[in-house]
Amino acid sequence: MNEQLLEAPAPTVRGPLRGIYAGNTRSVVARGLQVIARNNWLIVVTGFFEPVFYLLSMGIGLGALIGTVEFYGAEVPYAAYIAPALMAVSAMNGAVYDSTMNVFFKMNYAKLYQQMLSTSLGPLDVALGEILLALFRGLLYASGFMLVTTLMGLNLSWTAILAIPAALVVAFGFASFGMAITSYMKTFQHLDYVYFVMMPMFLLSATFFPIEVYPQGLQWVIQAMPLWHGVDMIRQLTTGLIQPSILLHLLYFAVMIVVGLWFTTSRLRALFLR
Amino acid sequence: MSGTVQRRGLVDVGGVDHAAVARSSRSWGWWFVAEHRIRSMRSYVASWVAIGVGSPFLFLLGLGVGLGLLVDANQGAAGVDGVPYLTFLAPALAMATVMQTASQENTYGVFGGFKWFPMFFAMNGTPIGPAHIVIGFQVSVLVRVLLPLVAFVLVMVLFGIGSAAGAILLVPIGLLLGAAVGFAVMSWVATQTEDRGQLSFIERFVVVPLTLFSGTYFPLETLPWFLHWIGWISPLWHAAELGRAALYGAALAPGMALVHVGYLVLLAAATCLLSIRTFRRRLDR
Amino acid sequence: MIEAKGLTKQYGDFTAVDGIDFAIEPGEAFGFLGPNGAGKSTTMRMIAATSTRTSGELRVLGFDPESHGPEIRAQLGIVPQADQLDEELRVIDNLIVYGRYFGLPLPYVKRRAEELLEFAQLTEKRKARVDGLSGGMKRRLTIARGLINSPKAMLLDEPTTGLDPQARHVLWDRLFRLKEEGTTLVLTTHYMDEAEQLCDRLVVVDKGTIVAEGSPAALIRQYSTREVLEVRFGSSRNAEAATVIEGIGSRIEVLPDRVLVYDDDGEAAMSAVHERGLQPITSLVRRSSLEDVFLRLTGRSLIE
Repeated sequence: MNEQLLEAPAPTVRGPLRGIYAGNTRSVVARGLQVIARNNWLIVVTGFFEPVFYLLSMGIGLGALIGTVEFYGAEVPYAAYIAPALMAVSAMNGAVYDSTMNVFFKMNYAKLYQQMLSTSLGPLDVALGEILLALFRGLLYASGFMLVTTLMGLNLSWTAILAIPAALVVAFGFASFGMAITSYMKTFQHLDYVYFVMMPMFLLSATFFPIEVYPQGLQWVIQAMPLWHGVDMIRQLTTGLIQPSILLHLLYFAVMIVVGLWFTTSRLRALFLR
Repeated sequence: MSGTVQRRGLVDVGGVDHAAVARSSRSWGWWFVAEHRIRSMRSYVASWVAIGVGSPFLFLLGLGVGLGLLVDANQGAAGVDGVPYLTFLAPALAMATVMQTASQENTYGVFGGFKWFPMFFAMNGTPIGPAHIVIGFQVSVLVRVLLPLVAFVLVMVLFGIGSAAGAILLVPIGLLLGAAVGFAVMSWVATQTEDRGQLSFIERFVVVPLTLFSGTYFPLETLPWFLHWIGWISPLWHAAELGRAALYGAALAPGMALVHVGYLVLLAAATCLLSIRTFRRRLDR
Repeated sequence: MIEAKGLTKQYGDFTAVDGIDFAIEPGEAFGFLGPNGAGKSTTMRMIAATSTRTSGELRVLGFDPESHGPEIRAQLGIVPQADQLDEELRVIDNLIVYGRYFGLPLPYVKRRAEELLEFAQLTEKRKARVDGLSGGMKRRLTIARGLINSPKAMLLDEPTTGLDPQARHVLWDRLFRLKEEGTTLVLTTHYMDEAEQLCDRLVVVDKGTIVAEGSPAALIRQYSTREVLEVRFGSSRNAEAATVIEGIGSRIEVLPDRVLVYDDDGEAAMSAVHERGLQPITSLVRRSSLEDVFLRLTGRSLIE
């Protein structure tokens, strides 16, 4: 080894983040992209099909039975009504899958985070890296889905293009929380509970029909859930029926992201630096 | 091998009648396998009961009622297939849940039994043979499937969806579907030696599309004609058609009942034999 | 370089490390010898700033691990007990990606990875999948990976546990080279032969405390005799025979499967046993080892 050896640069982060952040999130992201490129691009690509299957089946088949649905005073064709909801659901599913199943495996079986945290990386580098990867996947799915819905003529206004960043906001909210929740899980059975929460959200959050069919009390419960905010926000954008409430939806996710990041980082710290 | 046995050491040759063990395994091996699996299911029971009991409420009373309002408002008094949408949907949703559960259990249970916790190899080291393992495993899956299936039936009876007698008929139909789907998935998964993500393709490219395009949420005829073949090859469509006939007397073309049952029985039998062949080859290493 | 005073780690009611003191100098090979569960790995994790101490003082490379984890880890090479390799990446990419975690420049990491592969004798496995490597290869790859940031000290947790004898010798040879180049090695082990081969100095740990400290030779001199006679009489008769042997040598130990007689002259002890009319099934005279030191200090065998 004749070349001059380099020592690892000392992390230069100061202030309250010192000890938990080394400013090297990009190495975590680079690792993830390399794994996708080499091993599981096929799995990533095929994830795009699920919302498309739902759209074709429900939009065409059920659409023939249902006709149109009222949304903020306008009659919207059924396929155009569910398309934005499926986009929000797909953003949620992708983010939750990445931050629960995938993270659980990396945490408990592949011991990936132990490896990362035995270098100069801090827990916040790892958490941010994983979340950015989930968002990258979310961006791919949202763009692909957008292309399909545009070709099918289901985007009723130019504001539909804003649905892509909106889907990323939804994914960010779920991903930042998901990792923290996963850190409490001990066995694969515990993952079942995640789907026990996701399933009702998926079916009831104004995805396939307006929540006005429910009693007032149940409506409030649904409106407290994040998915409903995601669905309503993206639906306002794709239909062009934008309401002031969109700001409320954005605020909801902003809070969710900040709290989720804080929660996840402190959990990673508790788990790996104990 | 009964009565009190005087133990002389850790390995007591006199205490066990080995010939009797071998005889009993020959005829009852499948049940030992099923029993083993059912015992190991105990730790999952809590979440299964929650999901099993929760899903009929969620799907029927959440999704079904909500969609029903929209569909029935648009379709008027005729409804779908001559009945309210919820009645039309209920048997198919029960069957879709059966298909999904049987498929999942077989995907991860069979792959894991060879790979992650190689129980099949351990079983094969006893007098139990490949055919017993295949059949015993499927019996345990059917026990597992029974939980959500019965829950669906109970909800239908409680809320007066269709005829109560018909609802009970959904149980044997569901078990037949579970066996057909279970053996079919097993026969493919048993040939897979590495998980490179293809296991999740069953859910993604078989179970979900079949659920969506086999006339579960709407009559198959609503789809364009060139998609009808998906229903014809789909065990779910055959079972759902039988279920609808049972629950509310949906009209079946003459002989079609026989075709539906025959298709499911044939699929189960053929893929069962295929599975046994694959297991035999793979366990003989 | 690494200094601990009254270092303690508790998990709830359980005290894994109970107020230990030690100081590791630059360039030395320092060992923690003890049975499983003695607190060795916990101590290693506290040094590596991946476990926060409950009380006591700890300085690693001049930093406090509690507040400067990333700074400390930047200068350490860590080889954990179970090889935690990235199974989703190829052999060479394991090194490159790991180097990037330290923020090292990519071209440099690529060159350095090739050198380290050669050092680890894995050049032919460059593009191989990690899950196809043998246990010895995985461990060498883990060591190569720990060297990617040119660490000031290497922390090796049970470096040869689970390897076959040949793989162990290959690994020891690599570690010797590092030692010759002046790398500080900190290792835990429950193998006395490994501690004797590799360590300049070691501490014997048991139940979270340090029971002895010194070089392997000095410890053996202090706590054992030059030679040991091992005799076996069959599992049911060892205790009975031991009462007859009593008085031969400076000390005897009765283990479930054999009796150890400590004497500077093992052959003489053997004759004495025969003179008392005992016919052991097997007998063996060997040199004292750290195993005997451990037995003397704790009354228990190192590997149970």
